[in-house]
Amino acid sequence: MTAWLAALAAITQREALRFIGQRGRFVAALVRPMLWLVVFAAGFRAALGLSITPPYATYTTYEVYIVPGLCGMILLFNGMQSSLSMVYDREMGSMRLLLTSPLPRWWLLVCRLLASTAISILQVYVFLALAVIFGIRFGWGGYAALLPALVPAGLMLGALGLALSSVIRQLENFAGVMNFVIFPMFFLSTALYPLWKMAESSALLRDICAVNPFSQAVELIRFALYQQQNTAALAWVLLSGLVWLGLAVWGYDPARGLIRKAAK
Amino acid sequence: MTGLRVENLSYAYGARQALDGVSFRVEPGTFCALLGPNGAGKSTLFALLTRLFTAPQGRIEIAGHDMARAPRKALRRMGVVFQQPTLDLDLTVQRNLSYFAALHGLRGARAQARIEAALERLEMPGRLGERVRDLNGGHRRRLEIARSLIHHPKVLLLDEPTVGLDAATRRAITAHVHDLSRRKGLTVLWATHLTDEIEDADQLLILHRGKLAQDGTARQLRGGLGLADHFLRLTGEAA
Repeated sequence: MTAWLAALAAITQREALRFIGQRGRFVAALVRPMLWLVVFAAGFRAALGLSITPPYATYTTYEVYIVPGLCGMILLFNGMQSSLSMVYDREMGSMRLLLTSPLPRWWLLVCRLLASTAISILQVYVFLALAVIFGIRFGWGGYAALLPALVPAGLMLGALGLALSSVIRQLENFAGVMNFVIFPMFFLSTALYPLWKMAESSALLRDICAVNPFSQAVELIRFALYQQQNTAALAWVLLSGLVWLGLAVWGYDPARGLIRKAAK
Repeated sequence: MTGLRVENLSYAYGARQALDGVSFRVEPGTFCALLGPNGAGKSTLFALLTRLFTAPQGRIEIAGHDMARAPRKALRRMGVVFQQPTLDLDLTVQRNLSYFAALHGLRGARAQARIEAALERLEMPGRLGERVRDLNGGHRRRLEIARSLIHHPKVLLLDEPTVGLDAATRRAITAHVHDLSRRKGLTVLWATHLTDEIEDADQLLILHRGKLAQDGTARQLRGGLGLADHFLRLTGEAA
């Protein structure tokens, strides 16, 4: 068991050192949601009226509404970033080093997932601290309750990235992931508009948003910030996380050989 | 107990047969060179030996452990130097080596002692604090070899480890690994397409179009010819 934990610690440390080394990545990860918060939300504030729906007990401004979605955005982009680095690692060969470790391959993938989730969560808290400067603050209890929500949400989105990395052959294909995974997931979710607002324009759009696991992750975060539990969202997040992790383990299974093309 | 044993290994990428019924053995303490022109199947063989993916047919045994039935035991006894560099350039030598040690379950003082001993063997002591990016190509390769020995493997696989190095460094690294196999009883499989890296007493496997064309000592196989000429005659391609 100590060997398993040693690998987990080493992989986490490597990810953390890489992250610290890439300051641009850290700044980009924070600038993106801050721009949305300051520019986009400020513009929409006047245009969008929000009714009082759970977890909100009182009238809420748009920039407060959008914060959980932006926390989700950080997790989503980071999950994809981690997946990108898996593809990069494979092209550069260091993935092979990881996969020749005598530990079970699924555990090595879980280690990568845990490490990248830890970094994502750190970024979410830095973002929330910056949001305070713009007058958006939540209760201390909310910040504490957020942590157990960020863990499954971050793992789920990281697992999606991992599953994608097992089927993406080359770095160049990653632009497709941006267009076909990140953007649809983000825009077809409750990150920017609540479900009832979506329903006003189209019932189909609302249904798509409702089943989008990213919506569920955002709702899990939203409720946690108000110290409320959204069991349905949690269950949906856990279920989709398990499916994607399963797909990732399947994709990296040596017998399936999905990564064999990269080795040729 | 054999060092490395491969039996009837075949692999195809769709319709293209990359390996076709390859069988060979490498005994402990033997330096075995795997020679083959480009596209002969060396990379596929290495991918299968390192379990990057598995073959539906055939058997691989590393120091007595079957790769299909006990992959973790087999991987534990195997050291690998890949053709592509796998060092993290922005991290120090120490960080690179302790990362690898941890992937093999080694940590703390035990890992540190092994790391220092491995660097000592490769004549690179005192370089732990240097960033890998600041090392020259030869030292990076030495470092990768040192790293592959940290967990005390019985079998060492090297996939064209001297690619891109100057002649003197190439010779030094080749001599060092020959020495390791002799003194430490290490089973070495050294894939190359450069015949001057092979000594007369080495076991030689010649892979051609996915099949094992020859298996014997370099001296036996080349007969009166130079090894490069023999290889050229056999495969019809320049070595």
